[in-house]
Formats: sequence, structure tokens, C-alpha cells
Amino acid sequence: MKKIFSAFLFLLLTLALAVPGLAKSKIIRIGFNIPLTGEIPKVGESSKYAAEMLKADINGKGGLQVGSEKYLLEFIYEDNESKAESAVAVAQKLIDRNKVLAIIGPNSSKQAVPAGEIADMNQTPMISPWSTNPDTTKDRPWVFRAAFLDPFQGPVAVDFAMEQFKAHKAAVLYALANDYSKGLAEIFKNDWEKKNGKGSVVAFESYGDKDQDFSAQLTTIIAAKPDFIFLPNNYNEVALIVKQAHDLGWKGPFMGSDAWGSAELMTLCGKDCIGQYFSTHYAAAGATGATKEFIDRYQAKYGYVPDDVAALTWDATRLVLQAIQDAGKLTGNVRKDRKAIRDAMANIKSFAGITGNMKFDDQGDPIKCAVVVRINDKGEFVFTKSVCP
Amino acid sequence: MKQKLAVPVLLFALLAVVMTLVQFEVIDLYIQTIILFIGINIIISSSLNLVNGHMGEFSCGHAGFIAVGAYVSSVLSVALFAQDRIFGAPLLPPQYTVYAFPVILVIGGLAAAFAGLLVALPSFRTRGDYLAIITIAANYIIITVIINIDKIGGARGFMGMKRVVFAMEDTAAIPWMVLWVFLFTILSIIAIRRFVSSTYGKGIIAIQQDEVAAEIMSVNTNKMKLIAFMLSSGLAGIAGGLYAHVIGYVNPKSFDILKSTEALVMVYLGGMGSITGSILSAVLFTLLLELLRPLQIIKWIVIPLLLIILMQFRPEGIMGNRELVDIFPKLKKFYRFK
Repeated sequence: MKKIFSAFLFLLLTLALAVPGLAKSKIIRIGFNIPLTGEIPKVGESSKYAAEMLKADINGKGGLQVGSEKYLLEFIYEDNESKAESAVAVAQKLIDRNKVLAIIGPNSSKQAVPAGEIADMNQTPMISPWSTNPDTTKDRPWVFRAAFLDPFQGPVAVDFAMEQFKAHKAAVLYALANDYSKGLAEIFKNDWEKKNGKGSVVAFESYGDKDQDFSAQLTTIIAAKPDFIFLPNNYNEVALIVKQAHDLGWKGPFMGSDAWGSAELMTLCGKDCIGQYFSTHYAAAGATGATKEFIDRYQAKYGYVPDDVAALTWDATRLVLQAIQDAGKLTGNVRKDRKAIRDAMANIKSFAGITGNMKFDDQGDPIKCAVVVRINDKGEFVFTKSVCP
Repeated sequence: MKQKLAVPVLLFALLAVVMTLVQFEVIDLYIQTIILFIGINIIISSSLNLVNGHMGEFSCGHAGFIAVGAYVSSVLSVALFAQDRIFGAPLLPPQYTVYAFPVILVIGGLAAAFAGLLVALPSFRTRGDYLAIITIAANYIIITVIINIDKIGGARGFMGMKRVVFAMEDTAAIPWMVLWVFLFTILSIIAIRRFVSSTYGKGIIAIQQDEVAAEIMSVNTNKMKLIAFMLSSGLAGIAGGLYAHVIGYVNPKSFDILKSTEALVMVYLGGMGSITGSILSAVLFTLLLELLRPLQIIKWIVIPLLLIILMQFRPEGIMGNRELVDIFPKLKKFYRFK
């Protein structure tokens, strides 16, 4: 038994060492630091599928045109298990072992912040499609992101609610243990009170990790008689909160944030979520042009409407490829090429992504528009309004 | 007598070789990171083994103590040596990092030991399942407390420790983290080894065999439990401090029940009450996780399957409760711990 075990281990070891050795020249290698297992495997899957689609497109045409030569793309997907230390090890591996030109990911801030440190230290361009924590890109010239930041999204929700619901009093219910939810809730509260006067956020309630029952908080909120409820929470919790609020007799509207925008939301929430609004990166239903083409092809290939992570990964990857093309030529020297790509990325003037036009500010954060969508009777996310900074 | 020096000489040679390889960049940063993780995991698994293996209790909240050590030492080192949003300018010049870092780590360990004391006191009367529940609860309490302290980042996490590591490297350009992880790993193992093989420390093995009999045989079981628990959580705190400085960023979610489970898996994989087993399993577990990464989702079929196969054929773990010298008695003449 021991012999078989050790033979098996040896086999795995040789396999693991042999795989990177097969690479040929004329290849652009890009690493993906994504959560294929762990807490949020769907996010990793969306990222991978979007990237696979893009790779098939470009390699199908013979490769990416850089200067006068064509390069085939090679994407390396590494699983970071949704853990900080694994994201660090993966980033380290992609940079040292696989010699990638750039890294896409990690998606959640918990991993993107430490992995960004590694990328920045080792002078490798990294772009996180989804992370919203300011620390991810702060003072890190080599790190970029494709999603807009919460300090922008909060006011979007405030302005939209004031206009659409004619609201003067707001209530907020947020997840205490979720930095995204907590941060956005606080930004929203500050902005709302600035525009509507002190005390206009009539209820500011929180709940803990993995809570299932929100009736206590919702009772307080409903008793405070707000004009609407702001829910900057993950889609799985949103489904529960909306249902329970309706059970408690709440008839007013809800307003959400980009974390609502999962393919899973409507399966969990059903008809309770119909008619609600949330701000997000792009609107799947009613999309036009390149966005529509992306959505249709993704749906045909993988069987569901792509969520914002898929769209953002598509944009992030295309941004990197754009930067490679802008760099003009690849020298084959990884360090020099990485530097050229970073500079090209920071200098992108305007990029037409499927989540909107964008360019980077000096911190590596994008300047782009947010959209507010409405959930229609068919459960589709329909474009309502676009808000630009 | 010369033979007795074999182990220290060997360890020193190993350290020298690794340090040289890292210094002259023969091994890349990836391998270096893996080596550091192995060292940290060895401390985590052997310290949990002290409670779960040698003492035969069932503690499930090891990650909580790792978190205490990680946060206390991170906050201290950042406040003392790095420019930071919250703590402002560094209080001490960067040359002192080299001397202060081990002290900071030990303070982190002491804080974790104190947290261990707070958990151990109410769990005197409990064994087995009840202690498991108390320790899980303690793990959650610690994480929730951290999440609610906005000063240290709350749920956003805390960073800036890399600057302290850089300050050390600026003072003298050697791979400091490799040195510290190596030293503290060896020190932890020596501490545990000496503790469980001392006359005094044998009390905890007596508790594992039969608590009532141990009490009758004049072992002060309450005190013994307290000491073992504090030693275990203190070492976990040191591991946490090292982890925080290797990664350069801590987040309360990195220390949830999953991390505790990982520690448990390492202990039971290696064999309860075997220090060699804990070391072996920490090495094996870390390497397996890295090597099987290309398999992506299938990894989480392969690793549990390997565990099941192992438990099927060796339910007592890789080493059982034996040490290396029990298998190769001739090694005995090469080292002594007493």
C-alpha cells in the first residue's frame, strides 16, 4: 500500500513539473488567479468561462496581432480556493513559475489585496475584475481593477432613489461581517444624510455572518416607516430578506447594489424580487451591440445569462490584450514586456468595454458609468438608467 | 558525545543551505513561499497536537488563537516600524526591526496564550464534545471581535506588515522571514518535545490515558490542562504572527472554522500524540495542496479520497502515536532532548 501511495505521489509530482515545460514560443501567457473551489466557486466559473470564450475567439483567428507578429494565447487558470494565503501562493507561482505577462484576478478583495501586494512587489501587471476594496490598487502602480468603486456606487443609489421613489427617508440593512456590504452601507448613509438632512436614514440595521432570520431587524425598519430599503448585500441574503420583509407586510420598494447581479438571484428570490431596482456594472436584458453579442454567445455556450463577474473578466482580459497590442512588440524578456504592458495599460485613453467605456485614473481604478436595472416580470435585469461620474 | 551534536549540526546546515539558496535566488519566490508555509503549518499542527493528541482533548478553535497572534503582532510591528494611516509615523527607527521582530512575535504568542487561558478556564469541567463546542464558540468570538474593531480594519483586514519585513531587509540584506520561520519552527518543536517528555509534562499524557487515575496519582489535572492549552495557543499565536508577516495582510475571514479544520486534518493525518507525525503531515498537506492545484475542482475529490484511503488502512494516522525513534531505534544515539 505504501509503495502504491508513494508511486502515485511521485507520478503527480512529475506531472506537475512537466506541464509548464510543454510551452512553445510565440505564445502570450496570462495567469488567472480565481476561486474555482471554496466559498464562491460560481464566481471562478464565470471568470473561467468568459476567458475561455475570449481565448477561443482570438486563437481561432490565428492569435493576437502584436506589431507584425501573431501570438497564440495561453491562459493558465489557478484555483485560489477563495483563501488569502492560496491567492498569494498562486500569484507567486504564476509570476515565478509560469512567467505570465499579466495576472487577471483575484475577484474578492480578501484575496485581491494580498495578491496585489505580490504582483506589485514583483512588478507584474495585475487586474482584478471584481474587487471593490480601495486597498487593492492604492499606491500600487502595477495593480488595476475593472469594477467601479463603492464611493461611486453609493451616491448612484442615493440619486436614483431620490429621483425614482421620490424618497426622503431611507432604511439600510447590511451584513456586518462583509466589508463590501458594510462599506457601501456607510457611504450610502453619509451621502443620503448630506442630501436629505440629518436623521433621514431612519433605520441603520446590521446582521451577522450566515444569519437566516432577519425579522427582528426588519420589524425595526418597517416600524420606522422609511420610503424604501437599501440592501447592499449578497444575492443569497437578498432573496431571504426580501421574502421576509414581504411576509412582515412591507409593500415599499427595495434598492440594491451590484452584488445582486448574480444568475442565481431569481432562482432563489422568485416573484418577490420582481420590480426591484439595483445598481450594477451592466444590464443583460435590453443590451445592444458588443454587450448583446457577448451575452448571447455566453448563454448559447454555457446555458445561462452571464453575471457581472463574467462581463468584467471579459473586459479585464481584453484590457490586458489591448495593452499588449499598444505596447507594440514583445521582446521575449518577461521583465521588459511586463513593464511595457503596465505602461500601456496606465496610458489607455479610452476603452470600449461591454460594461461601458472606461479609462484608468492614476490609482489604477477605472472611470466608468454605472447602470441601474429593474427586475422585470420575466426575472430579467432591464436597463433603466445610466449614471456617469 | 559527538553524536549528540548531530541534530543541531544538521539543522544548522539545513538552515544555511536554504538561506544560501534563497539569498542567491537559486530557488524562486514561489518555492520560498511554500517553504515558509510548511514551517508555519508545522507549528500549527504540532501545537494543536499537544492538546488534541498528547492530552486527548478535542479543541476545534485553533484558528482563533492564530488570529490573536497574527493581529497582535501585526498591529505592534506596524505601529512601531511602519508609516500607517491609523498609527501614523513609525515610533522606532527601522534598524531596530531585526531585534524587535522576534520580541513582537513572542508578545503575539503571549497574547494568544492569554486568550487560550480565557478559553481554558471555563472549560475545566468539560471534555470531549463540550470542549469542542466551547472552542468553536471561542473561535467565532475572536473573529467577531476583530470584525467589530474598525481601528484595525474590521472586515476589511489589516496590512502594512510587508513594510516591516522590507525594513529588516534594508538593515541587512538576508532573507529574514526564512530565518525567523525556521528558528521559531525549531524552537516550537523543541519546546513541545521537551514539555511532553519531561516528568512534569508526562501529566498530560496521564490525562489522556485516564483523567481520574491521573488525579489520584497526584497530577494536578486542572493546572496541567491549563498549561497545555496555554502552550498550545501561545505557539499558535506565534505561527499567526509569522503567517501575517509572510503574507503581509490579515483578514478575519482567513481565520474562520475552515482554518481550524485544516489544523485538525493535519493532526489526525499525522497521528495523534506524535510530533514527527505532525511535522510529516504538515509537510505533506502543504505540498499536496500545492501540487494538486492544476487539478482544480478535482483536487477536492482527490485530497479527501487520499484521506479516506489513509484512514481506511491506517486509522491511527501516518505515525500513530509513535515518534521517529520508535521506528528507527538506532537514531536514538543521535539526539537527546533531556
